[in-house]
Amino acid sequence: MPGQSVGVVESQRAHFDQPLHLRSGGILPAYDLVFETYGTLNAAKSNAILVCHALSGHHHVAGHYADQPENVGWWDNIIGPGRPLDTDKFFIVGLNNLGGCHGSSGPSSINPSTGKPWGADFPIVAVNDWVHSQARLADRLGIESWAAVMGGSLGGMQALRWSITYPERVRNAIVVAAAPKLSAQNIAFNDVARQAILTDPDFHGGNYYEYNTRPVRGLRLARMLGHITYLSDDQMGEKFGRDLRNSAFSFGFDVEFEVESYLRYQGDKFAGYFDANTYLLMTKALDYFDPSREDNGNLTATMARSKANFLIASFTTDWRFSPARSKEIVAALLANGRNVSYAEIDLNFGHDSFLMEDAHYHGVIDAYLRNIKL
Amino acid sequence: MTHTLGRPDFELIAGWIEPGHRVLDLGCGDGSLLKHLIEQRGVKGVGVEIDDANVLAAIRNGINVIQGNLERGLDEFADQAFDHVVLSRTLQTVRHTEGILREMLRVGREAVVSFPNFAYWKNLRSVLDGRMPVSEDLPYQWYDSPNVRFFTLLDFEALCAKMGLIIRERSVLDEEGKPVTSEVNFLGSLAVYRLTQHR
Repeated sequence: MPGQSVGVVESQRAHFDQPLHLRSGGILPAYDLVFETYGTLNAAKSNAILVCHALSGHHHVAGHYADQPENVGWWDNIIGPGRPLDTDKFFIVGLNNLGGCHGSSGPSSINPSTGKPWGADFPIVAVNDWVHSQARLADRLGIESWAAVMGGSLGGMQALRWSITYPERVRNAIVVAAAPKLSAQNIAFNDVARQAILTDPDFHGGNYYEYNTRPVRGLRLARMLGHITYLSDDQMGEKFGRDLRNSAFSFGFDVEFEVESYLRYQGDKFAGYFDANTYLLMTKALDYFDPSREDNGNLTATMARSKANFLIASFTTDWRFSPARSKEIVAALLANGRNVSYAEIDLNFGHDSFLMEDAHYHGVIDAYLRNIKL
Repeated sequence: MTHTLGRPDFELIAGWIEPGHRVLDLGCGDGSLLKHLIEQRGVKGVGVEIDDANVLAAIRNGINVIQGNLERGLDEFADQAFDHVVLSRTLQTVRHTEGILREMLRVGREAVVSFPNFAYWKNLRSVLDGRMPVSEDLPYQWYDSPNVRFFTLLDFEALCAKMGLIIRERSVLDEEGKPVTSEVNFLGSLAVYRLTQHR
């Protein structure tokens, strides 16, 4: 795909004093959101796209920082002049969600009422809570309605939730590699990941910051498990097969197969920078996500409240949120006569496909966005 | 199959569809027929298409397109969600012939089906000359053809009778797209039918 990166970017911080009433019944009296923007908001403020992040994402979606040229945004390949999210046309907003660990209020940030990290006291946040907090950020930026809200995986769920919670404020929703709710298998994987963290002796009931330690072993295991579910069987087979790091079996428990080496590396890397409490919160937000619950499980009735046009995309090798799950959303939209297109993209990278650069995949997003009238 | 603009069956199909109707186009290609119907007849349309390049082209054309395989049915569509379900020059590429016809009349009030007539005299002459037919309406060589079912007007009408489908209207065209009114199974290159399940 032709086009360029947005280049040097800066993050911003917005403070909100108005209490946020959460789905769990809890209240956040005040909070911060960190965010980045790319492109220019037009005079009519009609060209804004909100990009929502997935489980481990954040506000640094595209470009790089002046003092950290290697720190490239997590979805840089799709954003920039001439790219599908064309910053010559659109004003892109990315933020770190509440409960995150990249600068927005979350378990590892300071609780103003105690002067210490929130830790276990940070309330459980739901996808709809994020949507409400994002709406306040939109208010702050003067954005009445988004040209599009988009995201992959948990980010796609936020786009879907936006279209239901604020139908007047979303003109297009682009929902990639998502599902209308998690399956028992999805929840089971999340719970094993949480158990790895919760049973780590360094977890200290979530208040590990006070002990100057982190549940690194649990978080590492959680990420290793999660990572397996992001990849496809074929892709792992092609990438690693049964290759050994050394030519012969060592008949021990040290790292031996290439796939072990890879997973351990991914686990170590992630556990080095991510916050375990945030991981717990994000997986719970996934598990609780089910907008149709308000309509006794009838997703068609739920989607009747939406007014946006939709692009739904899934990946053939994604077994975490398979194409069939996206088609549930498509069916509910069709039953309501909504404008919807659905692309089932043949890419070999499993759930992670949504982050990959592929001419057809990006072509679909590009074609859809080019038809949006501002 | 990819639709090309200005095809004679487009005008025929457009003439059968009332303004404002809900139309589902199966095998919608790049969405040309739906675009034509939306612009000329003010319909609300959705297409189904299997091919990546066509899905991309249909999205580019601003058409609602659902990527899917007709052989697997139309599960994502509710019963009687459409006034018309169009299957233009595609039936001969589908293996589950009865299945797709039933699905069309499950999700739609009326089915519009067009297909090339294998008994068209030029096709018959070609076979008599020892070669598989290649024509305006059968534009493929035997080795690259997406067609898997080979049938004639009479064959199709016999299937409709067997399935209890009612033929409300039939138009037959020659290779130039001109109407054929006599000896249709011999002189017709392309047939367009309008079917319902109930009187």
